[in-house]
Amino acid sequence: MKRVYVNEQWCLGCHLCEYNCAFANSGKKDMASALMNVKIRPNIRVEEDGKVCYAVSCRHCDEPFCVTNCITGALTRVDGVILINKDKCVGCFTCVLSCPFGCIRPTEQGAMQKCELCTTNGGTPVCVKGCPNNAIVFEER
Amino acid sequence: MEYVIVGNSAAAVGAIEGIRLADDKGSITVVSNEKHHTYSRPLISYLLQGKTDRDLMKYRPDSFYAANGCKTLFGKTVTKLDSAAKTVALDDGSKLAYGKLLIATGSSPFVPPMEGLETVQNRFSFMSLDDADALEKALFPEARVLIVGAGLIGLKCAEGIRARVGTLSVIDLAPRILSSILDVDGAKMVQNHLEEQGIDFTLGVSVKRFTENSAELTNGEQIAFDILVTAVGVRPNVSLVKDAQGAVDRGILVNERMETSLPDVYAAGDCVVSDDISCGTKRILAILPNAYVGGRAAGVAMAGGEPLTVKSMPMNAIGFFGLHVITAGSYEGETYEEKCAGNYKKLFYADDVLKGFILIGDVDKAGIYTSLIREKTPLSGIDFALVCREPSLIAFGRSYRDEKLGGKSHDY
Repeated sequence: MKRVYVNEQWCLGCHLCEYNCAFANSGKKDMASALMNVKIRPNIRVEEDGKVCYAVSCRHCDEPFCVTNCITGALTRVDGVILINKDKCVGCFTCVLSCPFGCIRPTEQGAMQKCELCTTNGGTPVCVKGCPNNAIVFEER
Repeated sequence: MEYVIVGNSAAAVGAIEGIRLADDKGSITVVSNEKHHTYSRPLISYLLQGKTDRDLMKYRPDSFYAANGCKTLFGKTVTKLDSAAKTVALDDGSKLAYGKLLIATGSSPFVPPMEGLETVQNRFSFMSLDDADALEKALFPEARVLIVGAGLIGLKCAEGIRARVGTLSVIDLAPRILSSILDVDGAKMVQNHLEEQGIDFTLGVSVKRFTENSAELTNGEQIAFDILVTAVGVRPNVSLVKDAQGAVDRGILVNERMETSLPDVYAAGDCVVSDDISCGTKRILAILPNAYVGGRAAGVAMAGGEPLTVKSMPMNAIGFFGLHVITAGSYEGETYEEKCAGNYKKLFYADDVLKGFILIGDVDKAGIYTSLIREKTPLSGIDFALVCREPSLIAFGRSYRDEKLGGKSHDY
């Protein structure tokens, strides 16, 4: 299946993927009202230490610990994509305990949020579309 | 093949999904003494708190049994296992024949003998949906509630009902709360937070004597109450296997394929003894993820599929009134510790591997620590000093990231 992959050598550390992700998942129509004076909660995060930088988002694991360990059944794997049902989720953090990549986090309201490969945002992940250096790609590998 | 599953919680659901990975034809019969569609037991406190409802707390959708070709016998109890005849007897007098049997009977609240306990009318356990329903009926805004047991169940119960009762007192024999998962400092921090929510603790005591609405403690104190919740501990439900002469220790003994010592009888979940990979010992791991993963491995094995590896260890994610606690593994070896306002971190390591951790407050990316324990990653091969400060993939180096994030082995 197609996944979001990161070519670390091309990452500029510009954080645009974070803003595009947060905007796309905000439900707002314009970027300014979605992002101005807001602590953004993107599903993709740039990690950096001055020497290296790269973006991390859900790997959509074949054996997803977040799904097997989820106590509510809110996390499911549908056609390879790991989805979160925010109504079912009670914010117990068992998925945070389980994810080997640190890719699932709470929403402001308390339920969890995660990358769903923009399946509800038109299909092509916005982090990929907006990456200025093609460091983030959406493809089969 | 005829599969019979005794139980209808996480291990049973795991087994159904495991069986269907390898066998889409065999008949599956699920027998449960509860009458409910499969639901998540740990959600009963969230139900009382109003954070979920009876529909949302279903562990699988309404279509689950039909979609997996399961016949359900709910509200019936299996009373006897005859492993020679390969049948189980039900409390309605009927018998069920099995080709492969899964015991997923879970655990039951353990209530130690306490003088005068039988005189208490408003007395509840807090384990099942029926327990939660019964407790909910007894709640009223001025109620004085006493919870005996400051473990995971007792304290989640306290959180669940806090806004719906008057006073809430918790007592425990242990000198600290959550003694199975927290050290002294961590427990103190969580206790302070719970006290700020109006929950009173008396620790290092037990009940000397109950009268109808009062408990006399071993320290001489009296606590008056309208509602009593006993949450002292749980015991694995092993009797079916034990009575059939199957091997049982503190729980049912199973091998890596989740087979009991009885032919064609498997077991998973709270009722079995698990191998704790974080310390190499056998223990009861009564946690939902372990039940699901064990149940699924059992299901696959029952159906003759490619065996799944089960890596079990203690792990808990639990929160109280917005304060989150994540713990995993064993607390042995050397430690790394950080403590600052609202946050607590303690890592335990020995023999070049991470053994366990306690995180309170900031729990972001905790799974990176869990993964270190599970995979027994040599700490000498990563930037351990960095990972102590912050769980991050930076500490793992470029080739690890290229593999995990870039989906390639090593071609840069």
